Amino acid sequence: MSKAQIMNGNELVSEAAIAAGCRFYAGYPITPSSEIPEHLSKRMPEVGGVFMQFEDEIASCMAAVGASYAGYKSMTASSGPGISLKQEAIGLACMMELPLVVVNVMRGGPSTGLPTRVSQADVMQARWGTHGDHMIIAVAPETLLETYTETIRAFNMAEKYRTPVYILTDAVLAHLNGRVELPDPSTLEIIDRTQPSVPPEEYNPYDVERFGEVPPLPNKEKFHDYRFHMTGLNKDKTGFPTVNKEAVEADEERMIRKITGNIKDIESFEYYKMDDAQLAIFAYGTNAAAARVAVDEAREAGIKAGMFRPITVWPFPEKQVAEIGKNFDKMIVTEINLGQMLYEVERATKGSIEISTVLQAAGVPIRPQQILDKMKEVL
Amino acid sequence: MATDYSKYLRMEKLPLYWCPGCGNGTILKAMITAIDELGWQNDDIMMVSGIGCSSRATGYVDFHTIHTLHGRAVPVATAIKMCHPDMHVIVFSGDGDSTAIGGNHFIHACRRNIDLTVIIVDNWIYGMTGGQYSPLTPTGTKASTMPRGNIDPNFDIAELAKGAGATFVARSSVADPMILKNYIKKGLSHKGMSVIDALSNCHIQWGRRNKYGDPVKLVDLIKEKTVTKAKAAKMSEEELKGKYVTGILYENTAKKEYTQAYKELVEKAQNE
Repeated sequence: MSKAQIMNGNELVSEAAIAAGCRFYAGYPITPSSEIPEHLSKRMPEVGGVFMQFEDEIASCMAAVGASYAGYKSMTASSGPGISLKQEAIGLACMMELPLVVVNVMRGGPSTGLPTRVSQADVMQARWGTHGDHMIIAVAPETLLETYTETIRAFNMAEKYRTPVYILTDAVLAHLNGRVELPDPSTLEIIDRTQPSVPPEEYNPYDVERFGEVPPLPNKEKFHDYRFHMTGLNKDKTGFPTVNKEAVEADEERMIRKITGNIKDIESFEYYKMDDAQLAIFAYGTNAAAARVAVDEAREAGIKAGMFRPITVWPFPEKQVAEIGKNFDKMIVTEINLGQMLYEVERATKGSIEISTVLQAAGVPIRPQQILDKMKEVL
Repeated sequence: MATDYSKYLRMEKLPLYWCPGCGNGTILKAMITAIDELGWQNDDIMMVSGIGCSSRATGYVDFHTIHTLHGRAVPVATAIKMCHPDMHVIVFSGDGDSTAIGGNHFIHACRRNIDLTVIIVDNWIYGMTGGQYSPLTPTGTKASTMPRGNIDPNFDIAELAKGAGATFVARSSVADPMILKNYIKKGLSHKGMSVIDALSNCHIQWGRRNKYGDPVKLVDLIKEKTVTKAKAAKMSEEELKGKYVTGILYENTAKKEYTQAYKELVEKAQNE
């Protein structure tokens, strides 16, 4: 039986992580994400998991990578400056193909910026923050309940595709206390990394020919018996370094394909009142809550507006946005930054639609009225 | 009885990619011999490394191995030890890797007194990147980024580790491989953070710039620069200048080990 509770976004991420099977958390204090380590410092020992506050953000993320290698579902959380520091370790998880969940409670920037204020200015960092060619999965919940369910989904995707997954929340969602009816744990779909069925001497962590594009990875119970090597260098199927041109290229391409090739499973989005709409709004994360109100109010005023909302923001929903580009004349892109996903919308629609924007990087949420005003202006 | 090294090495990965005469091989051999004497099983051993010449050692040993990022071996090792407290977790690291870029992680692992054994291949230089100076490059000697001689004072790894809270600290060198093996063995057996400062010869990157391009000559220099703890006790500060004191320099079995402290925390949380 589910039970309604008053919780904030940071607590919901923490509880969802535990429900998803996360048993290792490493972090470093930073506003506005600190309630995540505070909550997990209490909860992890209760469930027999590991909680550690490290000396810095880099160590926290490296520890989470190490725990994942050791078979544990692991998570780290931070905000802008801390996420910048974690980037090299996130790249290591990409290369080693280790499941990892990274929570970025977005705040203003660059640099120290606005530690206590809302922002969506790290969406491009999530995509391209670590160096080198790579693909990333990122989800951006809009509501408290979705913060919980998307955290579960983030762990599932991390495990299924052996990859880092970002949860992009923000200062508003993190500190918003609200009534949430959590799903009954028995109804949750929890995915664990595939386990090797071959004897240890036959196991290789990247043997795609034998095991498919996402090879099995020992969990904490199997870890002891399966000895293998991992490195941040480009690797062959055994996990050892290689500079072989064909092997490197095939591996780099596969690491991207294992995500883009499974886009149907990874993508998630919402069409809100788009069926009969004449004007499309593109919004994500908490800012979509403002856009939703604006759409409703516009309709009351006789403007047939609708909203497209990506929940999985990376990979970007190119097909869906391209489709909107073909079917609509005008679109408003709104985000709490000076225009980041705007680039992706422009790229996907290839000039087929007139794009207007409601952008703001002032540390305060965009109000529905601002979006409504823009609708009236463009129509 | 002679050690069967093939039990511990990934034989197909040989020969070692290190320069002929490199001290890395001597230290790796000392570590393997110590493990063999302890009778440990390969499945029970986790070896973690960062980046640098010595960090490639993880590729050669048939344990659980992970070759991580520059300076970050210690937090990875810490996490693995927390997840699998029954495993023996070893960090094999260079002087730059552990005391420059990884210095913060190193001191904090010492402070926690987590049961890791950190073996520092202290060859006074960044070898892999081409001979740049490290926090352990002796003052006055040349490096590719100190062509006129190093003006930086050095860390004393042993004092640093002890001051930060490690509970077993020893120093030896490639000039005394048997003693080094014994210290590593003691460090491995110690429950708590153990640090072995293993002075080593990089005759290529440090040696060639400082008229010690010959490995034998450089090992002789290391021998000359090291003094045992007993001998050092009778020497003046002036006489000890530029010398490396060897021996088991600190041992403390009273301080609580970190995974034990965490285990007690879990029990407390679950009995509330």
